[in-house]
Amino acid sequence: MSGINIGILAVQGDVAENVLATKMAIEELGMEGIVTEVKTPEQISDLDGLVIPGGESTVIGTLSLVNGSLKKIKEKIASGMPVFGICAGMIVLSKKAKDRVVGEMDQPLLDFLDVKIERNTFGRQKDSFESEISMDKIGLFKFPGVFIRAPSIVEAGKDVEILSKFNEKIIAVKQGNIIGTAFHPELTGDISLHKYFVSLIKKKN
Amino acid sequence: MIPLSGDLGNTKGVVKEKVGSFGTTRGTSTLKRGFAHMLKNGVVMDVTTVEQAQIAEDAGAVAVMVLDKLPSDVRKAGGVARTASIRIIQEIMDSVTIPVMAKCRIGHVYEAMVLQETNVDMIDESEVLTPADENHHIWKWDFTSPFVNGARNLGEALRRIEEGAAMIRTKGEPGTGNVAEAVIHIKNVNTELRRIKSIYDAGDEQDLISVARELKVSYSLVEETASLGRLPVVNFAAGGISTPADAAYLMTLGCDGVFVGSGIFKADDAKERAQAIVLATTFWEDPDKVKEAQKMIDERQSMLGLDTKNLELRMQERGSTA
Repeated sequence: MSGINIGILAVQGDVAENVLATKMAIEELGMEGIVTEVKTPEQISDLDGLVIPGGESTVIGTLSLVNGSLKKIKEKIASGMPVFGICAGMIVLSKKAKDRVVGEMDQPLLDFLDVKIERNTFGRQKDSFESEISMDKIGLFKFPGVFIRAPSIVEAGKDVEILSKFNEKIIAVKQGNIIGTAFHPELTGDISLHKYFVSLIKKKN
Repeated sequence: MIPLSGDLGNTKGVVKEKVGSFGTTRGTSTLKRGFAHMLKNGVVMDVTTVEQAQIAEDAGAVAVMVLDKLPSDVRKAGGVARTASIRIIQEIMDSVTIPVMAKCRIGHVYEAMVLQETNVDMIDESEVLTPADENHHIWKWDFTSPFVNGARNLGEALRRIEEGAAMIRTKGEPGTGNVAEAVIHIKNVNTELRRIKSIYDAGDEQDLISVARELKVSYSLVEETASLGRLPVVNFAAGGISTPADAAYLMTLGCDGVFVGSGIFKADDAKERAQAIVLATTFWEDPDKVKEAQKMIDERQSMLGLDTKNLELRMQERGSTA
């Protein structure tokens, strides 16, 4: 294959929106590549990059564990594959997650992104909000933040770069080739963050 | 991609406020419809207790729907069915991390207000409960919380979306354990969508206007839907789903996910069945995986179910003409 192969983990959640945003990002960057929905370890093993979309982190984690996808994603991350985790996807990437109300959770996680996450940190759906945020470190000075029952990062390890904060809460991070956001760029029509992620894949190859 | 637009401008449900140094907006269409997008490819399970909610979460439910009685018990009990006890809804909200939904009666604006104040994640204006106003559904743009509504055909679905529903589900025939009506409803919607898409593709504006009149819905919404060739919001199947194969079948008809009502907790193998239905919904494209899911349940443990032909109460007809 000549171009890059980016997968969208298609277990549960807003997969189609990420397929579209990633395709547009590849096109605008003038790169060669394909975007596919992936569910199985075999499909994941072929990838150069992966997006874990928004959804319910307990569902995405549990079902990826059942068919061996979680193990395969771990191997691929260890070998350097860039991954973009959005909301639930960021939770699945993390080492530790607790819920604001329910407390400590025993849910399957990839145990890679060195952060501790508080789920539903802003409250329930009625508290979901839109707000303009910024990620100056990667050149995105204005970005439409769409926060849906969003998590935040309460502790970040020394290798974790903080890309954005909403007041005192950490809402976007980068650790090596891994990006995690608490908000949903795929719902906004602004593909600049997807473009940034895709460009990481280019650099690796 | 499903569009997230569709705002009526500054409706009562949209709240702008300053949080620290940030300006924020709540209750927009993007947030309401976006919430429904996060449920896609998932299973929402009806529950009546904290224990059932925890079984649902452990099984991989994407959300739970709290009722006072499961739909089949509502059917048996007769009388007036109302929104669930707030105390139970709150206990469930405090014990699971997944979204919690609850039902209010069709047209009952204040039951919905109470549920919004309780902070449930989505309100189902549902035909399972006894309607408070058969002629008017709730004007859902007035709420910051998102709503899901039932529909049997494209007209009902679009009228509910026009009132502000952020998500649609088929009505099916609740509490029967019989998937037949849900199948008819989703096929009705699909057939009508194909019809209006072909009118749109042919550029026949006059015919599209007559469709809008026939469906009793605004031209702009008909045009948007026709151009998409699908509903402009997430569309789930509901009503009578009892087995993994039921769920997988409805996914093949183009549903974005499923609601399971009585089918799980009226069965004698609820825990295994809940897991099996989640597996079948996730891996519906793979018949071998659906077979494995179907193997996890025992048909002798399924709820007996009802023929939908001779029912005394057809819940699906509630609020359907409005």
